[in-house]
Amino acid sequence: MSNAEREADPETASGADRAIVIGHGEIAAGLVSAVDRITGRGDRFIPLSNGNLGTAEIEAMLREQLDATGARVVFTDLPAGSCNFAACRLLRERSDLLVVTGVNLPALLQFATRGEGGLAEAAAEAVARGSAAMRVLTGTGSARGH
Amino acid sequence: MAIELYRIDDRLIHGQVVVGWGQPLRVGFIVVVDDEVAASEWEQELYRMGVPPEMELYFASVNDAAERLDTWRRDQRPGILLTGDIDTMRRLVERAPSIQTVNLGGIHHRAGRAERLRYIYLTSEEERELRALASRGIDVTAQDVPSARPLPLRELLDGSAR
Repeated sequence: MSNAEREADPETASGADRAIVIGHGEIAAGLVSAVDRITGRGDRFIPLSNGNLGTAEIEAMLREQLDATGARVVFTDLPAGSCNFAACRLLRERSDLLVVTGVNLPALLQFATRGEGGLAEAAAEAVARGSAAMRVLTGTGSARGH
Repeated sequence: MAIELYRIDDRLIHGQVVVGWGQPLRVGFIVVVDDEVAASEWEQELYRMGVPPEMELYFASVNDAAERLDTWRRDQRPGILLTGDIDTMRRLVERAPSIQTVNLGGIHHRAGRAERLRYIYLTSEEERELRALASRGIDVTAQDVPSARPLPLRELLDGSAR
């Protein structure tokens, strides 16, 4: 798809439709890749890693990406992680920013396929879907292992 | 001694500390020694919000930490003490010479620093500060996570580690 076609396509994400996903190692890129494979809507997310960056550098990277993309939601992987603390520090200066921590694939899929509601509603729905998806499944016991 | 790890880590509380070290050591408390954080209710609340509820957090300035160190050491629970930079740890050990080991857990890239390990970048002044710590008899090693080999300071600074 050319850039002109992409801009004209109402399904293509831009600005506040997009969200940043940031976490340890390659988790963000992996999650976004999976969203794209499942829904074709990987472009709704900007994946970032904390890499070998210090706290101030992570915060600066987030600030730069928020400004560059117009995103107003940040998904982070771990409540006690450096990415989450950096994102939460930005809440002090950005009243329209939302941070969602503990991200997983079902949460991102929900956000990627959300309806017309506002971002706060979409973020809450992502949390509900992501939380509900975690469960323990047990066998029926009818087949015995060797 | 209830404090199992004296760690220099510019991310202070983060995943490696809370989960990577915290779970295998069954850490019950973390002490953050940082003059700025100790003066900021907002920063303290931010960290409290992120860590699991069973993990207690203490925040202290360097002077306060030196006074309270023995109390934390008498705690029955294993603990971790963190500083965000080498200079803060140096000031702490000057006031609390009983600290015998220092872990380098994360000193990340910044202008003027050279890479020693993927998680340790140092200026020449910081290298001098680390050598000064070691010359006090402190065992200084680099180790980001428990499963990694603790790398002695000499190996780290001689560059033979890479």
